[in-house]
Amino acid sequence: MKPASFDYVRASSKREVLQLLHEHGEDARVLAGGQSLMATLNMRLTQPKLVIDINRVEELRSIRNERGHLAVGAAVRQVELTDRTELATEVPLLAQALPWIGHFQTRNRGTVCGSVAHADPSAEIPLCLVTLGGIVVLESLQGKRREVPAADFFQGLLTTARQPRELISEVRFPLAQDGTEYRFREIAMRHGDFALVALALCLSDHGARLGVGGVADRPVAQTLPLGDALPDALNTLAWSLGAQSDVHASAAYRRQLIRELGRRLIEEPSHARPR
Amino acid sequence: MHAPAEQRCDIELELNGETRHGSAEPRMQLCDFLRHELGATGVHVGCEHGVCGACTVLVDGIASRSCLMLAVQADGRRIDTVESLARDDVMNDLQQAFNRHHALQCGFCTSGILMSCVEFLQREPTPDETRVRDMLSGHLCRCTGYTGIVRAVLEVAEQRHEGESQQQALENRNDV
Repeated sequence: MKPASFDYVRASSKREVLQLLHEHGEDARVLAGGQSLMATLNMRLTQPKLVIDINRVEELRSIRNERGHLAVGAAVRQVELTDRTELATEVPLLAQALPWIGHFQTRNRGTVCGSVAHADPSAEIPLCLVTLGGIVVLESLQGKRREVPAADFFQGLLTTARQPRELISEVRFPLAQDGTEYRFREIAMRHGDFALVALALCLSDHGARLGVGGVADRPVAQTLPLGDALPDALNTLAWSLGAQSDVHASAAYRRQLIRELGRRLIEEPSHARPR
Repeated sequence: MHAPAEQRCDIELELNGETRHGSAEPRMQLCDFLRHELGATGVHVGCEHGVCGACTVLVDGIASRSCLMLAVQADGRRIDTVESLARDDVMNDLQQAFNRHHALQCGFCTSGILMSCVEFLQREPTPDETRVRDMLSGHLCRCTGYTGIVRAVLEVAEQRHEGESQQQALENRNDV
């Protein structure tokens, strides 16, 4: 289908974006990479009065390694992170997860913050952000700025803590900690399809922090004990997420993936298979 | 730049090496603009939500879904479509290999796949089958079962690699 008609602004500064969001609120949508928004516009699932294009806003294009975080601006494309050689040491979990996102043709345009804004429950970037304890930075006019922990930001299916007049100006991924290992694994019908179950892991002597995507209505991360107590903890986690059956997989299969794949990911390093 | 919904915006872009002008309402997708305004009908429109890959073109050299871009966003950009591949009606090596290996039947998905291959082989000149299949996962082909496509892409990668090696050998010889 073709989109319903809308006004279009090619913004040239962050201030202009915030001003427009302030004036138009819910009637406006921010267009970054467009890999989700354009599809919903084409199908007329979204019919905004105004589309604010941030692709040419230079100040939203920065990637900064500062104060223990990797800060990624609103217009930074996923491919810019995959091309960043330092990413494997800065945020190894994200480096492992990126190849699982859609296809290279969509990562070429899709943005990191756009995936966070869309908040698909099976999306890889929100999962990494929640598992690592990252931060979403929201800005609105008059210098108002909120820094929301990822676990509070994602509130349900395609639902976030962002208010209509706010822009996700950047997201911050905590940098890798010494002594922590990072592993990622996903099961989908085909590579690039939506994850049936996606698992992200931070593993240290203190325990395992396991993030699960594709099962609950948002990404969920929990700290699990290691050793004999692990299977029971994984089982409890699997049941706690309210898995649903759909055409792709049954709820029971999803729970089993969390139990078995989760255990292997934690106990067998080689199981984090590169894509 | 601010364009009201009903206003047709002037768009200037470089299409397959030529400067082209046209106009489009803000809501017009890039694929429709390329086909209907500029006549680049090699761009095929399939699913219109970024899944099938038939509309893939190069935007500033980067493979992108042209159904997931607005025409107004392409203003000032360089766009390459399947029409850029043949020279003087002679198909390029990739197109010839597709022909040889029966990498197409109905051909609907082919122009998009070819454009993905262009960027893919620049980024990864010596891919293995797994990498080629990973690249193809962004395209739907309902005729071929992909086997012929994989063969064609691998063959071109090998040919180009050999060509480069020979070129290198010649240059080395000239150095001596």
